[in-house]
Amino acid sequence: MSDKTALAEEVAPSEIESERIVNDLAIQVATVNGSGSQSSNLVLLRALFRMGIPVGGKNLFPSNIAGLPTWFTIRANRDGWVARKRNVDYLVALNPQTAIRDVESLSPGSAVVYEEGLRLERRRDDLVFYPAPFQELAAEVTREVRLRKLLANMIYVGLLGELLSIEVEEIFGAIESQFRSKKAAVELNRRAVEIGIRHARENLVKRDPFTLERMDKNRGKVLIDGNAAAALGAMFGGASVATWYPITPSSSVVEQLTGFLKRYRKGPDGKATYAVVQAEDELAAVGMALAAGWAGARAMTATSGPGISLMSEFVGLGYYAEIPLVIWNIQRVGPSTGLPTRTAQGDILSTYTLSHGDTKHVCLLPASTCECFEFGWKAFDLAERLQTPVFVLSDLDLGMNIWATEPFEYPDRPMDRGKVLTREDLERLGGTFQRYADVDGDAIPYRTLPGTEHPGAAYFTRGSGHDESAEYTESEEAYVRIMTRLDRKFETAREMVPPPVVDQAEPVSPLGIIGFGSSDPAIEEARTRLREEAAIEMDYLRPRALPLCPSVLDFITARQRVVVLDQNRDGQLLQLLRAEYGDRIPPGVLRSLRHYSGHPMDAQTIVDYVTEMEIGAA
Amino acid sequence: MPAPDASSRPRKVNRLGLTPSDYKGKPSTLCKGCGHDAISSQLIRAFFESDVRPHQVAKLSGIGCSSKTPAYFLNHSHGFNAVHGRMPSVATGAVLANRRLVAVGVSGDGDTASIGIGQFVHLVRRNLPLIYIVENNGVYGLTKGQFSATADENAALRSGEVNRLPNIDLCGMAIELGATYVARSFAGDPKQLVALLRGALSHNGTAVIDILSPCVTFNNHAGSTKSYTWGKDNEEPIHILDFVPAMDQIEVEYEEGTDQEVQLHDGSWVRLRKLERGYDPTDRRAAQELVLEANEKNLFLTGLLYLDTSKRTFLDSLELCDEPLALLSEDQLRPPPAVLDEVVASYR
Repeated sequence: MSDKTALAEEVAPSEIESERIVNDLAIQVATVNGSGSQSSNLVLLRALFRMGIPVGGKNLFPSNIAGLPTWFTIRANRDGWVARKRNVDYLVALNPQTAIRDVESLSPGSAVVYEEGLRLERRRDDLVFYPAPFQELAAEVTREVRLRKLLANMIYVGLLGELLSIEVEEIFGAIESQFRSKKAAVELNRRAVEIGIRHARENLVKRDPFTLERMDKNRGKVLIDGNAAAALGAMFGGASVATWYPITPSSSVVEQLTGFLKRYRKGPDGKATYAVVQAEDELAAVGMALAAGWAGARAMTATSGPGISLMSEFVGLGYYAEIPLVIWNIQRVGPSTGLPTRTAQGDILSTYTLSHGDTKHVCLLPASTCECFEFGWKAFDLAERLQTPVFVLSDLDLGMNIWATEPFEYPDRPMDRGKVLTREDLERLGGTFQRYADVDGDAIPYRTLPGTEHPGAAYFTRGSGHDESAEYTESEEAYVRIMTRLDRKFETAREMVPPPVVDQAEPVSPLGIIGFGSSDPAIEEARTRLREEAAIEMDYLRPRALPLCPSVLDFITARQRVVVLDQNRDGQLLQLLRAEYGDRIPPGVLRSLRHYSGHPMDAQTIVDYVTEMEIGAA
Repeated sequence: MPAPDASSRPRKVNRLGLTPSDYKGKPSTLCKGCGHDAISSQLIRAFFESDVRPHQVAKLSGIGCSSKTPAYFLNHSHGFNAVHGRMPSVATGAVLANRRLVAVGVSGDGDTASIGIGQFVHLVRRNLPLIYIVENNGVYGLTKGQFSATADENAALRSGEVNRLPNIDLCGMAIELGATYVARSFAGDPKQLVALLRGALSHNGTAVIDILSPCVTFNNHAGSTKSYTWGKDNEEPIHILDFVPAMDQIEVEYEEGTDQEVQLHDGSWVRLRKLERGYDPTDRRAAQELVLEANEKNLFLTGLLYLDTSKRTFLDSLELCDEPLALLSEDQLRPPPAVLDEVVASYR
């Protein structure tokens, strides 16, 4: 079924755009989980990256090891927009379970590369179909059945390479980078790509408008996932104790951290200057990390929704007993087990106030792999300076998907180990200190570490009521004093956390948007499109931490309409703004846009919402 | 030639020049006569006699009457009274951060055998260097006398309520899970207890000491199998145990009547004089059988049930550097810029 003329007749020429579309498309590869397509997808992504085209890759995968459908989407965009794009332009349909639905969901004019046995060309007459006998072609590469299955995936890399004019040398370079030292694998995969290219040349006629051309937009950049960036940041933050319990989508934070530490954090004697412990559950993981922070290590753990719920009690202890600790929350869709392999920003409210009683926590909100790296080390400085658990709220989209990014900047300052009294300090102070006294007026007390060789160093840490000397008490005065000071310490934190990023017109627009984290690429794309397509100027504030800085209120009150974008059902950021600022926000200003499908944020949703809102306002 | 137990006789000043009062804590707020206070006293004595530097000690606990006690001994040591059932994870974190700490965890039967049993299991499995004391009274004291999971089957509460569930034997579990120092003792047997504690201080690995510690308020009545009277009437030591510090050993000949000596990590010895049973605590199967027998016949067998001085600890498994992680300098913690360049280049 590879007769060119037969195919050409099935698609009416008038329905295919003749104009070329250069460096602007989304490719979706639909396969079965566990079929080994990930390597091919990464090779494809990397080849485009090496051609200097802005590109990003998103994996939509099931909570399953093998058998369920999975989709990998690569978006290449000459202007640098790599947020999720709702429409797919190029489908590679290899999964019989989903092929029909995948084809039905395409917009007219899209192209489909598919296993010819699926006979998808009968399904639509407004698409361009490129059939290929994948298994047959793979059989040309190797006779081994298992390898043949894997290499069938590399056949589509060759087919797409030819159809989209991807430079062959860059595909080969990507293969080498993917398989590194495994020479035999490099050879087999190259061969599969060559066969794919040959098949396309001999049997397919290019009939779609999409094409790729070399650009120069990736100079100096790297391709990395947010969890790797977080792990790297943590290593340069001096992480010395990392504890965890496996959970999607956060597992790869500590797994990748372990890889970095093994390589770069051995002492001259070959021994580890770190401890990584896979705990029995999240309660133990956070308990170990908290006590390690108490004893003076740079301690961290990483988890996701259900794990955060389990960590709640210890986090309250960390807040009340004032113990430094860094917790990464790679958010996924809740409630409960929810959709473990889909993305959301649904934990921001619960994490901010995690645990019973009055608690509130510093939360950092990275929006890019660069910020994952930066907050990876800064979180330790903040935790030790403020003597409190510090959260970093990433999400599955940022953490597990692959982003092109500028190289990370080495920490620009020495580590801040906070207010720790040494033996010499204690001698100077006459041998005593009060663990929970506010000596400096910033509401941050001094601490000593266990093992400090001084009879006055010891104090007793507890989650029960305590006074300034860390003595047990049920005195209401002492309770109120300590709780009030903790509140003041949060105000100190407000001054220390990374301030919001504001991008506004001059003079400011009456329209603004507030969004955070992985919503950023979609917001930036939407702002540009609104400006270019509808002459709508939308200013943008992106909080990078909780507690919120005062400039957030200024941004809101200076505008007539401010869209608050949440990747959750209940508008959690909106609720936070209302709780924080109350009636200082004039009525009607805040508009809530909530996206909670589990898919990464896309620009079209924002453009549609804002366009409709602005028509209403006009 | 000094007698083998010379070192366990109270001294006024130890080799560090400290007195017993340097090892004291705050006044106890537990009920008068509580077994836990008797245990705190023996902890003070053991730390004093073993010349442990108080600043090197970390006291960890969970929640409950037992978990309050770290405030009542070793005032000059850092203490951490954490959350219910989670002392093992807290101890693990503290020891990972500073391997030079002498970690002593105090827990109860509710804290360990119910809410914290998962953490107990995994701590023991890892063989973290820690003295894990269970102050076992069979009831939840702080919430006014509910049964715990170590209460014996058919034991009765003061109210007459009878426990119909079998007990969990923490020593049996600990041996099964690979603990390397497992002992059972009685708050009313200070001589044995202090020797066991000193042995635990010299051991490198998890030392589980399950101590019958009567609750005078809720579980000390007739019909209780965790009362002082029951303990006194039923305690059957499996051996007479002496602790001989490393420095004394050189001068000591093999004492008459001694059947077995085992050298501990720091060079000290435990010396056992066997009683009727002729029991060898380095035999793991024998230890398991002994615990089974005790449970079947409702015997209160005390002493060092099991000892393994060869197993590697969690710190060995992790291949941790000798210097405490908490004390590493920025140079040791933050790799240089060239490393960042190298890693970033690998993502090109």
